[in-house]
Amino acid sequence: MNLPMLVLKYSQPVPVQVGEPVYIPLYSGVRAGFPSPADDFLLKRIDLSNELIKHPEATFLMRIKGHSMTMAGIDDGDIVVVDKAVKPEHGKIVIACVDGEFTCKRLYLLDGETRLQPANPDYKDIIFKDGQILEVWGVVTSCIKQF
Amino acid sequence: MFALIDGNNFYCSCERIFQPRLQKVPLVVLSNNDGCAIARSEEAKALGIKMGQPWFQIKHLEQSAGLVSLSPNFPLYGDMSLRMMRLASELGDKQEIYSIDECFIGLQGISNVTHRASEIRAKILQWTGIPTCIGIGHTKTLAKLANHIAKDADRKPGSYPTRLAQVCNLAELNERQRQFLFEMTDVGEVWGIGRRISQQLKEAGIKTVKDFVELDPGTVRKRFSVVLERTWRELRGQSCIELEEVPTPKKEIAYTRTFGQPVHNLASLIEAVTEFTSRAAEKLRKQQSKTSTILVFIHTSKHRSRPQYARSITVPLVRPVSDTKNLINAALHGLKKIYKPGFDLTKAGIVLMDLTNAQTRQAELDFGETVLDSDERLMHAIDEINDRFGRGTIIYGSAGVGSEKKVWTMNQQRRTPSYTTTLGEIPTALT
Repeated sequence: MNLPMLVLKYSQPVPVQVGEPVYIPLYSGVRAGFPSPADDFLLKRIDLSNELIKHPEATFLMRIKGHSMTMAGIDDGDIVVVDKAVKPEHGKIVIACVDGEFTCKRLYLLDGETRLQPANPDYKDIIFKDGQILEVWGVVTSCIKQF
Repeated sequence: MFALIDGNNFYCSCERIFQPRLQKVPLVVLSNNDGCAIARSEEAKALGIKMGQPWFQIKHLEQSAGLVSLSPNFPLYGDMSLRMMRLASELGDKQEIYSIDECFIGLQGISNVTHRASEIRAKILQWTGIPTCIGIGHTKTLAKLANHIAKDADRKPGSYPTRLAQVCNLAELNERQRQFLFEMTDVGEVWGIGRRISQQLKEAGIKTVKDFVELDPGTVRKRFSVVLERTWRELRGQSCIELEEVPTPKKEIAYTRTFGQPVHNLASLIEAVTEFTSRAAEKLRKQQSKTSTILVFIHTSKHRSRPQYARSITVPLVRPVSDTKNLINAALHGLKKIYKPGFDLTKAGIVLMDLTNAQTRQAELDFGETVLDSDERLMHAIDEINDRFGRGTIIYGSAGVGSEKKVWTMNQQRRTPSYTTTLGEIPTALT
Protein backbone atom coordinates (compact mmCIF):
# COMPACT_ATOMS: atom_id res chain seq x y z
CA MET A 1 0.00 0.00 0.00
CA ASN A 2 1.23 3.50 -0.81
CA LEU A 3 1.13 5.77 2.18
CA PRO A 4 1.25 9.52 1.66
CA MET A 5 4.62 10.95 2.65
CA LEU A 6 4.61 13.71 5.20
CA VAL A 7 7.34 16.29 4.72
CA LEU A 8 7.86 18.45 7.76
CA LYS A 9 9.39 21.89 7.88
CA TYR A 10 10.76 22.33 11.34
CA SER A 11 11.09 26.08 11.27
CA GLN A 12 7.32 26.71 11.24
CA PRO A 13 4.28 25.42 13.06
CA VAL A 14 2.73 22.68 11.00
CA PRO A 15 -1.04 22.57 10.60
CA VAL A 16 -2.25 19.06 11.20
CA GLN A 17 -5.20 17.98 9.11
CA VAL A 18 -7.20 15.35 10.92
CA GLY A 19 -9.33 13.69 8.29
CA GLU A 20 -12.57 11.81 8.75
CA PRO A 21 -11.94 8.16 9.57
CA VAL A 22 -13.05 5.78 6.88
CA TYR A 23 -15.34 3.03 8.08
CA ILE A 24 -15.48 -0.09 6.02
CA PRO A 25 -18.73 -2.00 6.35
CA LEU A 26 -18.28 -5.58 7.38
CA TYR A 27 -21.09 -7.54 5.83
CA SER A 28 -19.65 -10.96 5.34
CA GLY A 29 -15.97 -10.51 5.61
CA VAL A 30 -13.79 -12.87 7.55
CA ARG A 31 -15.86 -13.64 10.60
CA ALA A 32 -16.20 -16.43 13.04
CA GLY A 33 -19.42 -18.39 13.29
CA PHE A 34 -22.03 -19.03 10.69
CA PRO A 35 -22.53 -16.43 7.95
CA SER A 36 -26.03 -15.00 7.91
CA PRO A 37 -28.04 -16.62 5.10
CA ALA A 38 -29.61 -13.19 4.48
CA ASP A 39 -26.28 -11.59 3.59
CA ASP A 40 -26.58 -12.22 -0.10
CA PHE A 41 -30.01 -10.63 -0.08
CA LEU A 42 -29.18 -7.39 1.75
CA LEU A 43 -31.14 -4.63 0.07
CA LYS A 44 -32.33 -1.19 1.07
CA ARG A 45 -35.50 -1.03 3.14
CA ILE A 46 -38.55 0.33 1.30
CA ASP A 47 -38.52 4.11 1.43
CA LEU A 48 -42.01 5.60 1.16
CA SER A 49 -40.71 8.98 0.00
CA ASN A 50 -39.03 7.26 -2.90
CA GLU A 51 -42.23 5.46 -3.83
CA LEU A 52 -44.49 8.49 -3.57
CA ILE A 53 -42.16 11.15 -4.97
CA LYS A 54 -40.82 10.71 -8.49
CA HIS A 55 -39.70 14.31 -9.04
CA PRO A 56 -38.49 15.68 -5.69
CA GLU A 57 -37.88 19.22 -6.99
CA ALA A 58 -41.41 19.40 -8.40
CA THR A 59 -43.33 17.73 -5.59
CA PHE A 60 -45.37 19.51 -2.92
CA LEU A 61 -47.86 18.40 -0.28
CA MET A 62 -51.32 19.90 0.17
CA ARG A 63 -54.05 19.44 2.76
CA ILE A 64 -57.54 18.70 1.42
CA LYS A 65 -60.51 20.66 2.69
CA GLY A 66 -63.99 19.69 1.52
CA HIS A 67 -66.00 16.71 0.33
CA SER A 68 -66.31 17.01 -3.45
CA MET A 69 -63.70 14.34 -4.19
CA THR A 70 -64.82 11.63 -1.75
CA MET A 71 -65.78 9.15 -4.51
CA ALA A 72 -62.21 9.39 -5.79
CA GLY A 73 -60.98 8.44 -2.31
CA ILE A 74 -59.88 11.96 -1.37
CA ASP A 75 -61.48 13.03 1.89
CA ASP A 76 -61.50 16.11 4.04
CA GLY A 77 -58.20 16.33 5.96
CA ASP A 78 -56.22 14.02 3.66
CA ILE A 79 -52.79 15.02 2.38
CA VAL A 80 -52.26 14.86 -1.36
CA VAL A 81 -48.93 14.59 -3.12
CA VAL A 82 -48.82 17.07 -5.99
CA ASP A 83 -46.30 16.75 -8.81
CA LYS A 84 -45.83 19.80 -11.01
CA ALA A 85 -43.64 17.88 -13.45
CA VAL A 86 -46.46 15.56 -14.56
CA LYS A 87 -48.41 16.70 -17.61
CA PRO A 88 -52.06 17.42 -16.85
CA GLU A 89 -54.14 15.15 -19.07
CA HIS A 90 -57.78 14.19 -19.38
CA GLY A 91 -58.87 12.05 -16.44
CA LYS A 92 -56.07 13.07 -14.08
CA ILE A 93 -56.79 14.52 -10.68
CA VAL A 94 -55.27 17.98 -10.57
CA ILE A 95 -54.78 21.03 -8.40
CA ALA A 96 -56.10 24.05 -10.28
CA CYS A 97 -56.17 27.74 -9.40
CA VAL A 98 -59.77 28.94 -9.34
CA ASP A 99 -60.62 32.44 -8.08
CA GLY A 100 -57.25 32.73 -6.39
CA GLU A 101 -57.64 29.45 -4.44
CA PHE A 102 -56.27 25.95 -4.95
CA THR A 103 -58.97 23.47 -5.97
CA CYS A 104 -58.63 19.70 -6.27
CA LYS A 105 -60.76 18.18 -9.06
CA ARG A 106 -60.63 15.68 -11.91
CA LEU A 107 -59.57 17.23 -15.22
CA TYR A 108 -61.93 16.74 -18.15
CA LEU A 109 -60.42 17.58 -21.54
CA LEU A 110 -62.44 16.08 -24.39
CA ASP A 111 -63.87 17.36 -27.67
CA GLY A 112 -62.56 20.85 -27.04
CA GLU A 113 -64.37 20.99 -23.72
CA THR A 114 -62.57 21.89 -20.51
CA ARG A 115 -64.08 21.05 -17.15
CA LEU A 116 -63.10 20.44 -13.58
CA GLN A 117 -65.17 17.53 -12.34
CA PRO A 118 -65.91 16.73 -8.72
CA ALA A 119 -66.10 13.09 -7.63
CA ASN A 120 -69.28 13.46 -5.65
CA PRO A 121 -72.79 13.70 -7.18
CA ASP A 122 -73.71 16.50 -4.77
CA TYR A 123 -71.31 18.89 -6.52
CA LYS A 124 -71.39 20.44 -9.98
CA ASP A 125 -68.75 20.55 -12.72
CA ILE A 126 -66.83 23.78 -13.19
CA ILE A 127 -67.09 24.47 -16.92
CA PHE A 128 -64.60 26.65 -18.74
CA LYS A 129 -65.97 28.63 -21.67
CA ASP A 130 -64.07 29.86 -24.71
CA GLY A 131 -61.50 32.42 -23.71
CA GLN A 132 -61.49 31.42 -20.06
CA ILE A 133 -58.14 30.12 -18.97
CA LEU A 134 -57.82 27.14 -16.68
CA GLU A 135 -54.60 27.25 -14.74
CA VAL A 136 -53.49 23.80 -13.62
CA TRP A 137 -50.94 24.04 -10.80
CA GLY A 138 -49.98 20.40 -10.58
CA VAL A 139 -51.13 16.80 -10.84
CA VAL A 140 -52.17 14.77 -7.78
CA THR A 141 -50.21 11.53 -7.81
CA SER A 142 -51.25 10.04 -4.47
CA CYS A 143 -53.30 10.63 -1.38
CA ILE A 144 -52.16 10.04 2.19
CA LYS A 145 -54.64 9.17 4.90
CA GLN A 146 -53.62 8.86 8.49
CA PHE A 147 -55.90 7.01 10.88
CA MET B 1 -18.30 29.24 -21.37
CA PHE B 2 -20.49 30.16 -18.44
CA ALA B 3 -24.17 30.65 -17.76
CA LEU B 4 -25.75 32.72 -15.02
CA ILE B 5 -29.24 31.60 -14.00
CA ASP B 6 -31.24 33.72 -11.62
CA GLY B 7 -34.78 33.78 -10.31
CA ASN B 8 -36.84 36.83 -11.27
CA ASN B 9 -37.87 38.84 -8.19
CA PHE B 10 -37.11 35.63 -6.35
CA TYR B 11 -38.80 36.20 -2.97
CA CYS B 12 -41.94 37.57 -4.63
CA SER B 13 -42.01 34.65 -7.07
CA CYS B 14 -41.76 32.14 -4.19
CA GLU B 15 -44.71 33.78 -2.44
CA ARG B 16 -46.81 33.77 -5.59
CA ILE B 17 -46.40 30.05 -6.17
CA PHE B 18 -48.46 29.32 -3.06
CA GLN B 19 -50.80 32.28 -3.22
CA PRO B 20 -52.28 32.44 -6.70
CA ARG B 21 -54.24 35.53 -5.67
CA LEU B 22 -50.97 37.47 -5.55
CA GLN B 23 -50.38 37.09 -9.31
CA LYS B 24 -50.49 40.48 -11.07
CA VAL B 25 -50.74 42.29 -7.74
CA PRO B 26 -48.07 44.81 -6.68
CA LEU B 27 -46.16 42.87 -4.05
CA VAL B 28 -43.20 43.64 -1.80
CA VAL B 29 -41.34 41.51 0.72
CA LEU B 30 -40.07 43.56 3.65
CA SER B 31 -36.89 43.13 5.64
CA ASN B 32 -36.97 41.63 9.13
CA ASN B 33 -39.05 43.78 11.47
CA ASP B 34 -40.92 44.98 8.41
CA GLY B 35 -38.47 47.81 7.88
CA CYS B 36 -37.97 48.25 4.15
CA ALA B 37 -38.64 46.60 0.79
CA ILE B 38 -36.12 43.85 -0.03
CA ALA B 39 -37.99 42.33 -2.99
CA ARG B 40 -40.48 43.86 -5.40
CA SER B 41 -42.74 42.40 -8.05
CA GLU B 42 -42.74 44.07 -11.47
CA GLU B 43 -46.05 45.72 -10.57
CA ALA B 44 -44.49 47.14 -7.40
CA LYS B 45 -41.51 48.45 -9.39
CA ALA B 46 -43.98 50.11 -11.78
CA LEU B 47 -45.43 51.98 -8.78
CA GLY B 48 -42.00 53.54 -8.32
CA ILE B 49 -41.07 51.54 -5.21
CA LYS B 50 -37.29 51.45 -4.86
CA MET B 51 -35.13 48.65 -3.53
CA GLY B 52 -34.60 49.21 0.19
CA GLN B 53 -37.29 51.87 0.44
CA PRO B 54 -38.62 52.15 4.02
CA TRP B 55 -42.08 50.72 4.60
CA PHE B 56 -43.50 53.91 6.11
CA GLN B 57 -42.81 55.72 2.81
CA ILE B 58 -44.80 53.24 0.72
CA LYS B 59 -47.44 52.17 3.22
CA HIS B 60 -50.03 54.52 1.68
CA LEU B 61 -49.91 52.44 -1.52
CA GLU B 62 -51.73 49.64 0.32
CA GLN B 63 -54.89 51.74 0.20
CA SER B 64 -54.36 53.63 -3.04
CA ALA B 65 -52.83 50.97 -5.30
CA GLY B 66 -53.60 47.62 -3.66
CA LEU B 67 -49.97 47.04 -2.65
CA VAL B 68 -49.49 43.81 -0.69
CA SER B 69 -46.56 43.55 1.70
CA LEU B 70 -45.23 40.39 3.33
CA SER B 71 -42.68 39.63 6.02
CA PRO B 72 -39.87 37.47 4.70
CA ASN B 73 -40.41 33.70 4.75
CA PHE B 74 -36.85 32.35 4.64
CA PRO B 75 -37.74 28.68 5.22
CA LEU B 76 -39.79 28.86 2.02
CA TYR B 77 -37.20 30.80 0.00
CA GLY B 78 -34.45 28.43 1.11
CA ASP B 79 -36.36 25.33 0.04
CA MET B 80 -37.45 26.81 -3.30
CA SER B 81 -33.85 27.88 -3.89
CA LEU B 82 -32.62 24.29 -3.37
CA ARG B 83 -35.17 23.02 -5.88
CA MET B 84 -34.24 25.67 -8.44
CA MET B 85 -30.49 25.10 -7.98
CA ARG B 86 -30.82 21.33 -8.42
CA LEU B 87 -32.61 21.78 -11.74
CA ALA B 88 -30.27 24.58 -12.87
CA SER B 89 -27.27 22.30 -12.34
CA GLU B 90 -28.54 20.11 -15.19
CA LEU B 91 -27.49 22.77 -17.69
CA GLY B 92 -23.75 22.11 -17.43
CA ASP B 93 -20.99 20.21 -15.75
CA LYS B 94 -20.21 22.55 -12.85
CA GLN B 95 -22.19 24.84 -10.61
CA GLU B 96 -21.33 27.71 -8.32
CA ILE B 97 -24.21 28.79 -6.11
CA TYR B 98 -23.60 32.51 -5.93
CA SER B 99 -26.55 33.57 -3.79
CA ILE B 100 -29.99 32.33 -2.77
CA ASP B 101 -31.39 33.12 -6.21
CA GLU B 102 -28.49 32.90 -8.66
CA CYS B 103 -25.86 30.43 -9.77
CA PHE B 104 -23.11 30.18 -12.34
CA ILE B 105 -22.93 27.06 -14.47
CA GLY B 106 -19.77 25.87 -16.22
CA LEU B 107 -20.57 24.88 -19.79
CA GLN B 108 -17.43 23.03 -20.81
CA GLY B 109 -18.15 20.71 -23.71
CA ILE B 110 -21.87 21.49 -23.84
CA SER B 111 -23.25 21.90 -27.34
CA ASN B 112 -26.42 23.60 -28.45
CA VAL B 113 -26.22 25.79 -25.35
CA THR B 114 -28.93 28.36 -26.10
CA HIS B 115 -31.49 25.69 -26.85
CA ARG B 116 -30.58 23.71 -23.75
CA ALA B 117 -30.80 26.86 -21.65
CA SER B 118 -34.33 27.58 -22.92
CA GLU B 119 -35.32 24.03 -22.03
CA ILE B 120 -33.87 24.27 -18.52
CA ARG B 121 -35.60 27.60 -18.05
CA ALA B 122 -38.94 26.05 -19.07
CA LYS B 123 -38.31 23.07 -16.79
CA ILE B 124 -37.55 25.22 -13.75
CA LEU B 125 -40.71 27.24 -14.42
CA GLN B 126 -42.88 24.13 -14.87
CA TRP B 127 -41.47 22.11 -12.00
CA THR B 128 -41.09 24.82 -9.37
CA GLY B 129 -43.12 27.78 -10.62
CA ILE B 130 -40.11 30.11 -10.49
CA PRO B 131 -39.50 32.27 -13.59
CA THR B 132 -35.80 32.71 -14.34
CA CYS B 133 -33.51 34.45 -16.81
CA ILE B 134 -30.32 32.94 -18.20
CA GLY B 135 -27.28 34.79 -19.50
CA ILE B 136 -24.48 33.03 -21.35
CA GLY B 137 -20.99 34.25 -22.23
CA HIS B 138 -17.35 33.30 -22.50
CA THR B 139 -16.60 34.65 -19.02
CA LYS B 140 -18.50 35.01 -15.76
CA THR B 141 -18.65 38.78 -16.21
CA LEU B 142 -20.11 38.37 -19.72
CA ALA B 143 -22.61 35.76 -18.46
CA LYS B 144 -23.72 38.23 -15.79
CA LEU B 145 -24.07 40.99 -18.39
CA ALA B 146 -26.01 38.66 -20.70
CA ASN B 147 -28.30 37.87 -17.78
CA HIS B 148 -28.95 41.59 -17.28
CA ILE B 149 -29.85 41.89 -20.98
CA ALA B 150 -32.10 38.80 -20.84
CA LYS B 151 -33.93 40.27 -17.84
CA ASP B 152 -34.37 43.80 -19.18
CA ALA B 153 -35.42 42.55 -22.62
CA ASP B 154 -38.06 40.48 -20.84
CA ARG B 155 -39.54 43.11 -18.57
CA LYS B 156 -38.81 46.42 -20.29
CA PRO B 157 -39.95 46.11 -23.89
CA GLY B 158 -37.82 48.33 -26.11
CA SER B 159 -34.75 48.23 -23.88
CA TYR B 160 -33.05 45.45 -25.85
CA PRO B 161 -34.07 43.28 -28.83
CA THR B 162 -36.98 41.03 -27.78
CA ARG B 163 -35.36 37.86 -29.05
CA LEU B 164 -32.80 38.19 -26.25
CA ALA B 165 -35.52 38.09 -23.58
CA GLN B 166 -35.26 35.34 -20.92
CA VAL B 167 -32.25 33.63 -22.49
CA CYS B 168 -29.39 35.70 -23.93
CA ASN B 169 -26.26 34.08 -25.31
CA LEU B 170 -23.60 36.70 -26.01
CA ALA B 171 -21.24 34.01 -27.31
CA GLU B 172 -23.37 33.25 -30.35
CA LEU B 173 -23.67 36.88 -31.45
CA ASN B 174 -21.24 38.44 -33.90
CA GLU B 175 -18.86 41.26 -32.97
CA ARG B 176 -21.10 43.96 -34.44
CA GLN B 177 -24.16 42.76 -32.50
CA ARG B 178 -22.15 42.56 -29.30
CA GLN B 179 -20.81 46.09 -29.78
CA PHE B 180 -24.37 47.27 -30.35
CA LEU B 181 -25.48 45.76 -27.01
CA PHE B 182 -22.41 47.13 -25.23
CA GLU B 183 -23.24 50.58 -26.54
CA MET B 184 -26.78 50.32 -25.15
CA THR B 185 -25.64 49.25 -21.71
CA ASP B 186 -24.68 51.56 -18.86
CA VAL B 187 -21.20 50.81 -17.55
CA GLY B 188 -22.64 50.64 -14.01
CA GLU B 189 -24.49 47.42 -14.93
CA VAL B 190 -21.24 45.47 -15.22
CA TRP B 191 -20.53 42.92 -12.48
CA GLY B 192 -17.63 44.26 -10.43
CA ILE B 193 -18.25 47.93 -11.24
CA GLY B 194 -19.86 49.39 -8.17
CA ARG B 195 -21.49 52.75 -7.69
CA ARG B 196 -18.30 54.58 -6.79
CA ILE B 197 -16.20 53.32 -9.70
CA SER B 198 -19.09 53.78 -12.06
CA GLN B 199 -19.28 57.41 -10.92
CA GLN B 200 -15.55 57.90 -11.51
CA LEU B 201 -15.76 56.30 -14.95
CA LYS B 202 -18.65 58.53 -15.92
CA GLU B 203 -16.80 61.64 -14.81
CA ALA B 204 -14.03 60.53 -17.16
CA GLY B 205 -16.57 60.30 -20.00
CA ILE B 206 -16.89 56.50 -19.92
CA LYS B 207 -20.62 55.96 -19.90
CA THR B 208 -21.35 52.69 -21.68
CA VAL B 209 -19.83 49.22 -21.65
CA LYS B 210 -18.54 49.96 -25.16
CA ASP B 211 -16.67 53.06 -23.92
CA PHE B 212 -15.14 50.92 -21.19
CA VAL B 213 -13.95 47.99 -23.30
CA GLU B 214 -12.36 50.43 -25.76
CA LEU B 215 -10.04 51.75 -23.05
CA ASP B 216 -6.45 50.63 -22.98
CA PRO B 217 -5.85 47.96 -20.29
CA GLY B 218 -2.78 49.78 -18.99
CA THR B 219 -4.87 52.89 -18.42
CA VAL B 220 -7.50 50.90 -16.57
CA ARG B 221 -4.87 49.41 -14.29
CA LYS B 222 -3.00 52.67 -13.69
CA ARG B 223 -6.00 54.96 -13.22
CA PHE B 224 -8.13 52.46 -11.37
CA SER B 225 -6.96 49.04 -10.23
CA VAL B 226 -5.87 45.57 -11.26
CA VAL B 227 -9.29 44.38 -10.16
CA LEU B 228 -10.96 46.64 -12.71
CA GLU B 229 -8.46 45.55 -15.34
CA ARG B 230 -9.60 41.99 -14.66
CA THR B 231 -13.19 43.07 -15.29
CA TRP B 232 -12.03 44.72 -18.53
CA ARG B 233 -10.34 41.49 -19.64
CA GLU B 234 -13.39 39.45 -18.76
CA LEU B 235 -15.57 41.76 -20.89
CA ARG B 236 -13.14 41.21 -23.78
CA GLY B 237 -13.78 37.47 -23.47
CA GLN B 238 -10.67 36.48 -21.53
CA SER B 239 -11.78 34.36 -18.58
CA CYS B 240 -10.04 35.47 -15.35
CA ILE B 241 -12.57 34.49 -12.69
CA GLU B 242 -12.93 30.78 -12.03
CA LEU B 243 -16.00 28.93 -10.86
CA GLU B 244 -16.00 28.30 -7.13
CA GLU B 245 -17.83 25.05 -6.65
CA VAL B 246 -17.09 24.77 -2.96
CA PRO B 247 -17.95 27.94 -1.09
CA THR B 248 -14.92 29.40 0.65
CA PRO B 249 -15.41 29.29 4.42
CA LYS B 250 -16.42 32.63 5.84
CA LYS B 251 -13.75 34.70 7.56
CA GLU B 252 -16.28 36.10 10.00
CA ILE B 253 -19.70 35.02 11.14
CA ALA B 254 -22.07 37.72 12.33
CA TYR B 255 -25.48 37.44 13.86
CA THR B 256 -27.17 40.77 14.46
CA ARG B 257 -30.81 41.70 14.81
CA THR B 258 -32.98 44.73 15.34
CA PHE B 259 -35.39 44.05 18.18
CA GLY B 260 -39.14 43.96 17.68
CA GLN B 261 -39.43 46.44 20.56
CA PRO B 262 -36.78 48.46 22.39
CA VAL B 263 -35.10 46.53 25.19
CA HIS B 264 -34.10 48.09 28.51
CA ASN B 265 -33.11 45.32 30.86
CA LEU B 266 -30.06 43.13 30.99
CA ALA B 267 -32.09 39.93 31.32
CA SER B 268 -33.63 40.34 27.86
CA LEU B 269 -30.26 41.23 26.37
CA ILE B 270 -28.75 38.10 27.87
CA GLU B 271 -31.47 36.04 26.21
CA ALA B 272 -30.94 37.71 22.86
CA VAL B 273 -27.15 37.49 22.92
CA THR B 274 -27.33 33.84 24.01
CA GLU B 275 -29.62 33.06 21.10
CA PHE B 276 -27.46 34.97 18.58
CA THR B 277 -24.30 33.28 19.83
CA SER B 278 -25.88 29.83 19.67
CA ARG B 279 -26.93 30.37 16.06
CA ALA B 280 -23.57 31.77 15.03
CA ALA B 281 -21.78 28.89 16.78
CA GLU B 282 -23.91 26.42 14.84
CA LYS B 283 -22.82 28.05 11.57
CA LEU B 284 -19.24 28.08 12.79
CA ARG B 285 -19.27 24.32 13.40
CA LYS B 286 -21.04 23.69 10.10
CA GLN B 287 -18.15 25.22 8.17
CA GLN B 288 -15.71 23.40 10.49
CA SER B 289 -14.08 26.49 11.89
CA LYS B 290 -13.13 27.76 15.31
CA THR B 291 -13.00 31.32 16.54
CA SER B 292 -10.61 33.00 18.90
CA THR B 293 -12.28 36.41 19.19
CA ILE B 294 -15.89 37.36 19.72
CA LEU B 295 -17.27 40.87 19.34
CA VAL B 296 -20.47 41.96 21.08
CA PHE B 297 -22.32 45.20 20.44
CA ILE B 298 -25.51 46.94 21.53
CA HIS B 299 -26.96 50.26 20.46
CA THR B 300 -29.96 52.54 20.49
CA SER B 301 -31.76 53.73 17.36
CA LYS B 302 -30.45 56.80 15.57
CA HIS B 303 -33.99 57.47 14.38
CA ARG B 304 -35.40 57.98 17.85
CA SER B 305 -35.04 61.22 19.79
CA ARG B 306 -34.00 59.41 22.97
CA PRO B 307 -30.64 59.35 24.75
CA GLN B 308 -28.18 57.57 22.50
CA TYR B 309 -25.88 54.75 23.50
CA ALA B 310 -23.66 52.51 21.41
CA ARG B 311 -20.91 50.23 22.68
CA SER B 312 -19.01 47.26 21.40
CA ILE B 313 -16.36 45.06 22.93
CA THR B 314 -14.09 42.34 21.59
CA VAL B 315 -13.47 39.40 23.86
CA PRO B 316 -10.35 37.38 23.08
CA LEU B 317 -10.44 33.68 23.90
CA VAL B 318 -7.62 31.63 25.32
CA ARG B 319 -7.68 29.20 22.42
CA PRO B 320 -9.80 28.80 19.28
CA VAL B 321 -13.14 27.21 20.20
CA SER B 322 -16.38 26.28 18.53
CA ASP B 323 -18.51 25.09 21.41
CA THR B 324 -21.57 27.13 22.27
CA LYS B 325 -21.02 27.08 26.03
CA ASN B 326 -17.61 28.76 25.90
CA LEU B 327 -18.77 31.26 23.32
CA ILE B 328 -21.88 32.21 25.30
CA ASN B 329 -19.75 32.69 28.42
CA ALA B 330 -17.41 34.99 26.53
CA ALA B 331 -20.24 36.89 24.82
CA LEU B 332 -22.15 37.42 28.08
CA HIS B 333 -18.98 38.48 29.84
CA GLY B 334 -18.54 41.14 27.15
CA LEU B 335 -22.20 42.13 27.23
CA LYS B 336 -22.14 42.74 30.98
CA LYS B 337 -19.11 45.01 30.55
CA ILE B 338 -20.82 47.23 27.99
CA TYR B 339 -24.40 47.20 29.29
CA LYS B 340 -25.67 50.35 30.96
CA PRO B 341 -29.26 50.72 32.15
CA GLY B 342 -31.55 53.54 31.11
CA PHE B 343 -31.46 53.31 27.32
CA ASP B 344 -33.93 52.13 24.69
CA LEU B 345 -31.68 49.58 23.02
CA THR B 346 -32.90 48.58 19.57
CA LYS B 347 -30.16 46.40 18.19
CA ALA B 348 -27.57 43.91 19.35
CA GLY B 349 -25.26 41.52 17.64
CA ILE B 350 -22.23 39.33 17.92
CA VAL B 351 -19.45 38.69 15.44
CA LEU B 352 -17.20 35.66 15.55
CA MET B 353 -13.83 36.77 14.21
CA ASP B 354 -10.42 35.40 13.56
CA LEU B 355 -11.74 32.07 12.28
CA THR B 356 -9.43 29.12 11.77
CA ASN B 357 -9.87 25.61 10.47
CA ALA B 358 -11.18 23.42 13.29
CA GLN B 359 -8.77 20.66 12.33
CA THR B 360 -5.69 22.81 12.73
CA ARG B 361 -4.48 22.34 16.26
CA GLN B 362 -2.30 24.95 17.83
CA ALA B 363 0.14 23.42 20.24
CA GLU B 364 0.02 25.13 23.61
CA LEU B 365 1.78 25.10 26.92
CA ASP B 366 0.20 22.86 29.47
CA PHE B 367 -1.15 24.97 32.32
CA GLY B 368 -2.87 22.05 33.88
CA GLU B 369 -6.34 22.77 32.45
CA THR B 370 -7.93 19.98 30.60
CA VAL B 371 -9.53 20.57 27.23
CA LEU B 372 -12.49 18.29 27.07
CA ASP B 373 -13.10 16.35 23.91
CA SER B 374 -16.51 15.52 25.31
CA ASP B 375 -17.54 19.14 24.60
CA GLU B 376 -17.11 18.50 20.91
CA ARG B 377 -19.20 15.36 21.09
CA LEU B 378 -21.86 17.24 23.05
CA MET B 379 -21.99 19.99 20.41
CA HIS B 380 -22.22 17.41 17.68
CA ALA B 381 -25.13 15.74 19.47
CA ILE B 382 -26.95 19.05 20.03
CA ASP B 383 -26.51 20.05 16.38
CA GLU B 384 -27.85 16.70 15.22
CA ILE B 385 -30.87 16.88 17.54
CA ASN B 386 -31.72 20.44 16.50
CA ASP B 387 -31.31 19.42 12.90
CA ARG B 388 -33.62 16.46 13.21
CA PHE B 389 -36.29 17.79 15.56
CA GLY B 390 -36.22 21.46 14.61
CA ARG B 391 -34.28 24.50 15.65
CA GLY B 392 -34.53 25.30 19.32
CA THR B 393 -35.21 21.75 20.50
CA ILE B 394 -32.19 22.03 22.76
CA ILE B 395 -31.21 25.52 23.83
CA TYR B 396 -29.00 27.03 26.50
CA GLY B 397 -30.93 28.15 29.56
CA SER B 398 -29.78 31.75 29.29
CA ALA B 399 -31.65 32.05 25.97
CA GLY B 400 -34.78 32.19 28.12
CA VAL B 401 -37.46 29.58 28.56
CA GLY B 402 -41.22 29.69 28.57
CA SER B 403 -43.61 30.01 25.70
CA GLU B 404 -44.42 33.72 25.91
CA LYS B 405 -43.05 35.78 23.05
CA LYS B 406 -39.84 37.50 24.03
CA VAL B 407 -39.72 41.26 23.65
CA TRP B 408 -36.56 41.13 21.61
CA THR B 409 -37.81 38.77 18.91
CA MET B 410 -38.59 40.12 15.47
CA ASN B 411 -41.90 41.48 14.30
CA GLN B 412 -43.03 39.31 11.45
CA GLN B 413 -46.66 40.11 11.30
CA ARG B 414 -47.24 39.32 7.66
CA ARG B 415 -45.27 36.10 7.25
CA THR B 416 -46.80 33.41 5.07
CA PRO B 417 -46.74 29.76 6.28
CA SER B 418 -43.74 27.48 5.81
CA TYR B 419 -45.58 25.75 2.99
CA THR B 420 -42.89 23.22 2.15
CA THR B 421 -40.99 22.66 5.37
CA THR B 422 -43.62 22.21 8.11
CA LEU B 423 -46.35 19.61 7.72
CA GLY B 424 -48.81 21.64 9.77
CA GLU B 425 -48.42 24.59 7.39
CA ILE B 426 -48.81 23.00 3.94
CA PRO B 427 -51.19 24.80 1.56
CA THR B 428 -54.88 23.92 1.54
CA ALA B 429 -56.66 22.66 -1.58
CA LEU B 430 -60.43 23.02 -1.58
CA THR B 431 -62.56 20.32 -3.13
